[in-house]
Amino acid sequence: MTKARITRIAGAIAEAQPLGDAALYELVEVGERGLLGEVIRLRGDVATIQVFEETSGLALEEPVRRTGSSLMTQLGPGLLGSILDGVGRPLQGLAGQSGNFLAAGMTMPTLDPKARWSFSPTAKPGMVVRGGDVLGVIEERPDMMHRILVPPGIEGRLEDIRGGELTISDSIGALEDGTALSLSHTWPIRERRPMARRLPGDRPFITGQRVFDLLFPVVEGGSVAVPGGFGTGKTVIEQSLAKYAKADVMVYIGCGERGNEMAEVLHDFSRLTDPLTGRPIMDRTILIVNTSNMPVAARDASVYLGMTIAEYYRDMGYHVAILADSLSRWAEALREIAARLQEMPGEEGYPTYLANRMSRLYERAGRVESEGEPSRTGAVTFITAISPPGGDFAEPVTQAALRVVGALWALDPRLAHQRQFPAVDWDTSYSLYAETTTEWFGKEGGEDWPKLRTETIRLLQRDRELREIAGLVGVEALEDSDRLVLEGARIAREFLIGQNAFHPHDAFSSVFKTYHLARLLWALMSTGTAALGEGVAFDKLDLAAVRVAFGAVKTASPETLEQRIADAGQRISEMRGE
Amino acid sequence: MTRIDVPIARTYAGAASAAGPLIFVHSTKRAKLGEWVYIETEGQEDRRGQVIDVGTEVTVIQIFEDTLGLKPATSKITLTGETATTIAGRDLLGRALSGTGAPLDGLPPPIGEARLPIWGAPINPVRRHHPSDFIETGVSAIDGMNTVVRGQKLPVFSGPGLPGVELAADIVENARPTRGEPFAVVFAAIGITERETQSFVSRFRESEVMERTVLFLNQAADPTIERLLTPRVALTTAEHLAFTHGVHVLVVMADITHYAEALREVAAAREEIPGRRGYPGYMYTDLAGLFERAGVLKDSPGSVTQLPVVTLPDDDITHPIPDLTGYITEGQIVLSRELHQRAIYPPVDVLPSLSRLMNAGIGEDHTVGEHREWADQLYAIYARGREAKLMAAIVGREGLTPGDRRALDFIDEFEKSFIHQGRSRRGLEDTIRIGWSLLETLPRDELTRISDESWEARRRSASGKEGS
Ligand SMILES: Nc1ncnc2c1ncn2[C@@H]1O[C@H](COP(=O)(O)OP(=O)(O)OP(=O)(O)O)[C@@H](O)[C@H]1O
Ligand SMILES: [Mg+2]
Repeated sequence: MTKARITRIAGAIAEAQPLGDAALYELVEVGERGLLGEVIRLRGDVATIQVFEETSGLALEEPVRRTGSSLMTQLGPGLLGSILDGVGRPLQGLAGQSGNFLAAGMTMPTLDPKARWSFSPTAKPGMVVRGGDVLGVIEERPDMMHRILVPPGIEGRLEDIRGGELTISDSIGALEDGTALSLSHTWPIRERRPMARRLPGDRPFITGQRVFDLLFPVVEGGSVAVPGGFGTGKTVIEQSLAKYAKADVMVYIGCGERGNEMAEVLHDFSRLTDPLTGRPIMDRTILIVNTSNMPVAARDASVYLGMTIAEYYRDMGYHVAILADSLSRWAEALREIAARLQEMPGEEGYPTYLANRMSRLYERAGRVESEGEPSRTGAVTFITAISPPGGDFAEPVTQAALRVVGALWALDPRLAHQRQFPAVDWDTSYSLYAETTTEWFGKEGGEDWPKLRTETIRLLQRDRELREIAGLVGVEALEDSDRLVLEGARIAREFLIGQNAFHPHDAFSSVFKTYHLARLLWALMSTGTAALGEGVAFDKLDLAAVRVAFGAVKTASPETLEQRIADAGQRISEMRGE
Repeated sequence: MTRIDVPIARTYAGAASAAGPLIFVHSTKRAKLGEWVYIETEGQEDRRGQVIDVGTEVTVIQIFEDTLGLKPATSKITLTGETATTIAGRDLLGRALSGTGAPLDGLPPPIGEARLPIWGAPINPVRRHHPSDFIETGVSAIDGMNTVVRGQKLPVFSGPGLPGVELAADIVENARPTRGEPFAVVFAAIGITERETQSFVSRFRESEVMERTVLFLNQAADPTIERLLTPRVALTTAEHLAFTHGVHVLVVMADITHYAEALREVAAAREEIPGRRGYPGYMYTDLAGLFERAGVLKDSPGSVTQLPVVTLPDDDITHPIPDLTGYITEGQIVLSRELHQRAIYPPVDVLPSLSRLMNAGIGEDHTVGEHREWADQLYAIYARGREAKLMAAIVGREGLTPGDRRALDFIDEFEKSFIHQGRSRRGLEDTIRIGWSLLETLPRDELTRISDESWEARRRSASGKEGS
């Protein structure tokens, strides 16, 4: 057989010949340095390859080698706390090989082959097992049980199973047919992992951001699009969620974004603890990093890699949140590759299959019953930042996302310029999960949660109408009751919806704090309305003191929170003066 | 594995065709992507080019000089076997060089310490140090409201005719570290006018800053495609100074808009599918290849800080050039035509301006403890005042609430006494003080961003100073 050689190179794309017997999406090693690449088109005996590493310096006629499999990732203990590039190489390890700067052609396994894990089997020899059954557990991190499952697609009688201090490639036993079992297996990242069945979402993903938890909630297993122009706060939202939201595992994908942001994530995450469990954040986090100057094809892979790892922990029965920043860079990588292939472009140069790819990707999120025994439910929640050109949502990526997501958190540059953060435009944002989560919030947040939610939304809507009118006639010309609405909405924007991601006690809002701020707002509006009804003039209401009291609740530490809430209640009841 | 020997240099007689800045060569043996090329045409100066697409049938070479008069059929084309490199070293300091590093100052070419590939390699994100060293630029709108740190990339968004380059020059002149740390400036002129270049350079000629400066000058009259090289040559030089010699380097690149236009020209010549407004779909990735070269490394002194200047075509911030830039850089300083017309200098519009790395560089350990609250409060009132101003234009001042009226008065004072400072350098202490004195004209209960602790501390220090 003649050896395949490079016949063309342009950007991240290479062609090689003869390679007609390769499979679509087969992984290949390109050139003498063995750069990782993937076959994305086959025509006759010419294979078109997208190369996941820097191609400059690659020459015509260099060899191309098949690997026989598609792009796989290793799955097993040791993923938590790791920092991987788009194709799954640990960046710390790469730094050990190439120093401060990345070089092409390095290899490095995702999981540490030498690390030893204390494995306790729960399955017994003689049992018939199949894909998804729990074989045993490892305490991957303190209080974090990593369940070792029979890999998907395998079935048979367990001949032997053993525990001990093992590496990921040591044998933990075998099936009667000889199938070997170990603590890890590999999975093709572009393929979704199987599950027993999909389940509807039932409980909210607690984000710790009032504007989301109160107004635009998302369920565990839900998906959200977070579009916004540059500087509107997408990354701050993704990072805040990664730090403070409630999930068993967080997969943070920095896709085509900034190196300094990743340095910040690494810096912050290694110092922070989970507000709910008190454990280091990194213990529950996996970072996948492909900055904007790293190879573009690996951006495409990074999202699938993150999704596959998330599904893997989901299958163990965990709730995993994926924070992807930004999915637009992933879509642009598709566009860049498609352009090099001279494919017929669709809208704005994106390939015609963009929407299809996107919906298949979003469909991998969800709440599921896992395969195997004992029965487990898990969920993958998918929160995706989107970077629309010029901040205009009428563009293919935002639009394709909106067709599949359950919630839209639309960010508005005008609000961002006013430093109203999170700059969520409450007029265009929506959540289809609001109904589903009402029950949980009613039970855990407070009985009147649904009412407070509706009242807050109504206040904001009324505010918008009034501001339009006020823009024509002046605020002074408005009725007192309308001025109360304007003032109430100002307080809502500043203290209820507004949240400072850099304030130690404001960055995260417990359900308790969110509930009470909403409740205080409602108390303010009803007390104020009553006072006006009794003939008190608007100008006589002591709103300044109320505003200060709201501010104190917003930034209260957990220890002082109840006192501050009581104080604010007091101010509200006294605001009509004597 | 058999090793393929790429011959060091191969010369071919004649290209098949040429289009704009591109020539197309048939059957080049083992051409490499990114390979550096010389083109000799009789009776003309040699041209330089780079392989941008290799194929067994056709190899595409992008030429950096003007192709006017180029005769493809009779030219000699030499593929060098190497990718583009530049000389880097401390002896470049004080030199004025062309956009690709040839001497323009009548001195012999620099000898340098290393020959480095200009395309650089991405910094491994885990080797990055999170930037947090405050740079005092002497400009209130920046130091106070949009603080810059070492390792940041913060562009100036300027409209045509607005003083973007001047502001960059102010910053460079003022931002010298006082602690005697090694410091250098690398200035990449990319297609800007002789006048703009001179206004930049003459500022430093007299001072010792020039000795610490490397100038790479591709001016308006110079070949447009060379503009694709200039920032890379400059950044390679900067990285070498920063990460080999531990120097804090400030890189000014003006004007990124000209760079992007050169990129578009090549894309058009390749008949690529154009993206928004004719700019190529990979422009984000390409610009990121420049801007991401800013940073600080762990366990290594030195830093590369970038101050690119971007001219907004038609003052339009949604134009692809500023838009993609803003998506890559860590904020932006936006100049306002309205302030400029009112002779406010620097005419910084603080509302759309932003420094994303500000938080790490301010506070007790870096600037002053209350910095964040103080800036948030100034922003909040300024934003409210600007809204009130719009409203007042319709309903008149009388239609506003007393709070809005106060905010309206505030913005005037703020622009006149805080933003406006002329060419003089203003220390951080003065910036903070002026900000406080503006805030103190307002009732305490309107200053909701200011905590009681900061307020009390401010009271105490203010009365302490009066007392002494
Ligand atoms: N909740 C918040 N609290 C305080 N400041 C915020 C908040 N959200 C955003 N900001 C401010 O806005 C800046 C920009 O936010 P961010 O970097 O998240 O924008 P982005 O939408 O990710 O932009 P890009 O698309 O360019 O990456 C931050 O650096 C910060 O100063
Ligand atoms: Mg971002």
